[in-house]
Amino acid sequence: HGPYQPHEPGYGLDQPGYSPYEDEVPDPRTRMLAIKNAKAYLLKTSTRSGLNLYDHFANILTKILDEQPENTVDIIEDISKDVKWAQFRKKMDTLRDEHLTLPIFEAAEKCKALFVKEGGEEEREELDEEIGQPSLPNVMETAFYFEQAGIGLNKDESYYIFLSLKNLINVQPIRTCRFWGKILGLEMNYIIAEVQLHEGEGEEEEETAEEEVETVAEEEKGMGEAEEEGEEEEKEAEPPKSTYKPPPEIPREENGTGTNKYIYFVCNEPGKPWVKLPPVTPAQIVCARKIKKFFTGRLDAPIVSFPPFPGNEANYLRAQIARISAGTHISPTGFYQFANEDEEEEEGDAYEENPEFEPPPVAEMVESLAMWAHHVKGILKQGRCVWINPSQKSEENEEEDEEEEDKEDEGEEQEEERGLPLLTQISEDEGMKNIPAWTAQASTNLIPQYSVAILQSNRWPGAYAFASGRKFDNIYFGWGHKYSPESHTPALPPPAQAEYPSGLGITETVDPTVEEEIAFKIAQEEALAGEEEEEEEAEDD
Amino acid sequence: RAALGASLPLLQRDYRFERVWFWGCIQGLRGAYYIAEGLGPNRAAPRSRLYSLNCLDWSLLTPATEEMLAVAEQLNGRFQGDPSFEYNLAEINAEVAARLTEGGKEPVIKEEARLTATIEQIDRAVGIVPRGAFVKTPLGSVHENRHFEGLSLLEAKKLSSYFHFTEPVNLKNKTLLEKADLDPSTDFLDSLEHDIPRGSWSIQLEKGGTVVVLRSLLWLGLTFYHVPMTKQFGYVYFGTGEKNLDLPFML
Repeated sequence: HGPYQPHEPGYGLDQPGYSPYEDEVPDPRTRMLAIKNAKAYLLKTSTRSGLNLYDHFANILTKILDEQPENTVDIIEDISKDVKWAQFRKKMDTLRDEHLTLPIFEAAEKCKALFVKEGGEEEREELDEEIGQPSLPNVMETAFYFEQAGIGLNKDESYYIFLSLKNLINVQPIRTCRFWGKILGLEMNYIIAEVQLHEGEGEEEEETAEEEVETVAEEEKGMGEAEEEGEEEEKEAEPPKSTYKPPPEIPREENGTGTNKYIYFVCNEPGKPWVKLPPVTPAQIVCARKIKKFFTGRLDAPIVSFPPFPGNEANYLRAQIARISAGTHISPTGFYQFANEDEEEEEGDAYEENPEFEPPPVAEMVESLAMWAHHVKGILKQGRCVWINPSQKSEENEEEDEEEEDKEDEGEEQEEERGLPLLTQISEDEGMKNIPAWTAQASTNLIPQYSVAILQSNRWPGAYAFASGRKFDNIYFGWGHKYSPESHTPALPPPAQAEYPSGLGITETVDPTVEEEIAFKIAQEEALAGEEEEEEEAEDD
Repeated sequence: RAALGASLPLLQRDYRFERVWFWGCIQGLRGAYYIAEGLGPNRAAPRSRLYSLNCLDWSLLTPATEEMLAVAEQLNGRFQGDPSFEYNLAEINAEVAARLTEGGKEPVIKEEARLTATIEQIDRAVGIVPRGAFVKTPLGSVHENRHFEGLSLLEAKKLSSYFHFTEPVNLKNKTLLEKADLDPSTDFLDSLEHDIPRGSWSIQLEKGGTVVVLRSLLWLGLTFYHVPMTKQFGYVYFGTGEKNLDLPFML
């Protein structure tokens, strides 16, 4: 126990002549007694923790000598604390290990599952040859180009996404597939893939959904008619019926056209199963324009907002994706051309790659925005890409209604909305205040031969596009909101409806005051008196 | 980006910083500003900030004054990307402009000043460190805690394990009961729990819990990372340099 080595403190103290108490205790026996007392004091066990100071010091010194940290004297208190902690941890270790390793291992297992798909591939290959090679996007290549711009995900994560996209393709009948981007959320993020399914697939679901909606609507109408008949029978004073008719619902676009041209799959992390997002309706897009909410990361989360959003987070996500795609998906001008040059703007939805496209040099791509064009149709105010006149559709519905209001009352004249034609160049994009809509840069000035032209959108911060030769792509990394220089002001609730029309029968008039009444009386009496006089005069005549 | 690795050590040598790090990048319309910060031995001292347009040539920014901060808050909109761009104050705030003209200066503010003020605001508002990473000595100077071994996974998920690295505002308001539990050497800063509005931080565990990422929703683009049980942590800002004033509507 005692200090044996020369470098340990306290060494030599029990030798005669070296003790600090030498002057006071010259007698060796008393000195030995003093040392024993000191040691006994140090060995005194603490009542609370079961440690004693002597052992504690010994442990500290051992630790210090083993690790030999710098400036030990500054951190001596922390070392002391750590040694004490070390005594306690051993008991709780078994419990803690179980909890903590679960989430890490789960995630690791999922990622591993991504890699282990070799076995099932041989069967799939036959299927693939029948349908035709689905085009798996080369995510790594696009990731490389975006990395040149300083945007993008970690290489590992890109590879995971690559593998999960491969899984997606194997599971669903997909014609083309593209990594659309990543939207950040509060609890979890979304990884989004843009997909085009083979024709004929996926439409069955939509039809059943529509049928359900129609049957529900018919039931409601049936109920409405029954109520009206009931009310007519009662001919008592009834509360005035509401003259409010909701504006006719604008039908959503068909799958494969306009805003629903692509189908989107999302997942929270690579390795988790892909979830299909429902097609978007114009009402959702119109509402999404008015609200600004963060995504939580759960697709079934409700969106609490005003004006109330028709749908939950999955619909809101889909609406934002549609807006972002319409606003920021661009390609070099001339890469796509119309299939038929005579087609009008509204019908010209089909474009194809231009085989004669010659990629302009990167410097030009950066300098002039006219070298880029949108290849996705813009969304009109109505919420669709192709304008539709709602009053035509509502004729069928209104004939069934017994109470017909004039169409002129609520069906305001809706002017035909025209959006920009399909392949407009982005130089026509208007900026906000004095901020241009796009910022263009070359990835590096040092090596101009291999640099990549990069565009950032200022209207949707987080949307990037790159081009290098024939290759180009768009991607989105961000929160999913549009940029506005002014703060977001939510729509005010509409003014409270008037309960009844104000008219002469209802409006309250001011009661005549006392003077007015007296004056009126006098005037009446005078008039009477005047009449009597006339009568008397007439009788006299 | 590769140039950063080369130029930051040079900066350290020239300015004699003890630690220098890459703070982040503010994207302007025509170019981006890359910002680096350097510190002397006292970690809580006002930091020197440098900016560069190409990661190679760095220029020192003057420390922000309260006046600059007040003026910069009025400015909205993106940064231009040109440090000598001048904002005309007369349009934005007539009072401040009038005061300046009386003082004999022109009612303009340069983008550099706005940059400094913005960085200062971001650092003050959302510059965070994990609990225990820094200790305050009895003399008042703040050092890194070499004994800090990282937060555990449980602690890392809680907002209260992270502190703002600025002068504490709320610390004195805590009740005596709570203060008794605090350890004055490590708990001398404001924790994130009481940030207004609630929920303005998003905590996520990536890669199955190997990395904790906190993102600020007030200043969109500020990301803080920490690998639990290790000493690695840090934060970086990549964004447009604008405060997210719509936060209450978005939650």
